[in-house]
Amino acid sequence: MLLIHCPYCKESRDQSEFSPAGEAFIARPKNPEGISDDEWADYVFYRTNHKGNHWEQWVHANGCRKYFLVERSTISHQILQVAPFGARNSETEL
Amino acid sequence: MQTKYSWYSLLKAGLSGQDWDQAIPLIQPKSKYDVIIIGAGGHGLATAYYLAKECGINNVAVVEKGYIGGGNTGRNTTIIRSNYLRDEASSLYEHALQLWEGISEDLNFNVMFSQRGVYNLGHNLQNMRDIERRVNANVLNGVDAVVVDANEIKQQIPIINTSKNARYPILGASYQARGGVARHDGIAWGFARAASMLGVDIIQDCEVIDIEVEEGRVKGVKTTKGEIMADRIGCVSAGHSSVLAKMAGLRLPIESHPLQAFVSEAMKPVLHTVVMSNAVHGYISQSDKGDLVVGAGIDGYNSYAQRGSTKIVEHAAAAILELFPIFSRVRMNRQWGGIVDVCPDACPIISPTKVEGLYFNCGWGTGGFKATPGSGNVFAHTIAQDKQHPLAEPFHINRFTTGGLIDEHGAAGVAH
Repeated sequence: MLLIHCPYCKESRDQSEFSPAGEAFIARPKNPEGISDDEWADYVFYRTNHKGNHWEQWVHANGCRKYFLVERSTISHQILQVAPFGARNSETEL
Repeated sequence: MQTKYSWYSLLKAGLSGQDWDQAIPLIQPKSKYDVIIIGAGGHGLATAYYLAKECGINNVAVVEKGYIGGGNTGRNTTIIRSNYLRDEASSLYEHALQLWEGISEDLNFNVMFSQRGVYNLGHNLQNMRDIERRVNANVLNGVDAVVVDANEIKQQIPIINTSKNARYPILGASYQARGGVARHDGIAWGFARAASMLGVDIIQDCEVIDIEVEEGRVKGVKTTKGEIMADRIGCVSAGHSSVLAKMAGLRLPIESHPLQAFVSEAMKPVLHTVVMSNAVHGYISQSDKGDLVVGAGIDGYNSYAQRGSTKIVEHAAAAILELFPIFSRVRMNRQWGGIVDVCPDACPIISPTKVEGLYFNCGWGTGGFKATPGSGNVFAHTIAQDKQHPLAEPFHINRFTTGGLIDEHGAAGVAH
């Protein structure tokens, strides 16, 4: 089980309080009419599915109910860092 | 030297102190093959077998980073059925089930396929409406299925709790008599041995570290045992499909999740069939050895770690005890996880890719074991003819672009 730190509640709580909410930094296309079906498919369905350190979204479902960002290893499950939503927009960009 | 198994070979080996021939040779790869299959699980080995047997392509290598059947083939709960809702899915799984029915004779290897029937329980009126709809669809598609009520279930399975006062009372079920279980390792060993007797090279302990692509065409693979060239490569690597796709510069509509299962200590026969429930989410059968085999759900987060959360195991155990209070004192023996490749529509991808000569058979998610022979069969034809087998056509990766998804999540896909 994971011990997850909620950046809003500033508490480390058991995983059972949280729900995973998918890969982070998937931005909705800015000009939805202008892009191809392939680009839509990539946005809606295609995923990076990293093996290694992976940025993902979690929601503190049984707590403050806010979404936030977590960098976690998909090999060891170790949580490397958490960040509130909007604190960064990609794996590298702060 | 490999010889056919028979009564005579059994008697001879029995009398000579179990002096069996080696089932498959341990070999080093050649530098070039017609086809390379990446992943020696059930699906990959089945692909190689049918390439050699039905497509006349014997110059095939199956490369495997671990040992044969050591991934999800050896980690699943071995349930076999074909009672899917959608025409595309039920045709594919029914094709597989029909192959299962003759597979032990075909492979000359006892895979212990046991058609002990599969019950899919319903716990409320909407469940029962869905079950009736699915059974009707199955019958129209030539798949055997009936709706049974709670009394019939109780008659067949006396230990099940059909009390109306249960938290999730059992109202009825769909029943597929031709469904059942098989020996999970057996199918990998059987396909490996039969493929190897047809000239296929099965190379274990050989991890693919790169896929070589030149001008949009696949050239070969770099492995821990050197470079191997081939014009056609089939990736059948389940949870690691995205990792292989990345080597070829591709992305997949797949996420990898841990799926857990556990077994109890061995007991006298107590459950003679397979019971599944989507609503409380648990599935259970008793193996020939006597242990209860229980399947849980997936964890929602991505993982390649072959282990999951304890709360998922707890949830599955609670579901099984709801159905079978008699098991409350049974001690669990082992628990494990496998990494499943989940597609957005709970259906597989059996498809060519944007890289010429590179094919993927993946996305089987939580329910690939039942499809093992059918999956290998249609994938072999897809690779051999560079054209999708008719049963594989709806499972093209383009469906995520065109919108032609095959939604099995709601109907049958939750508990595979």
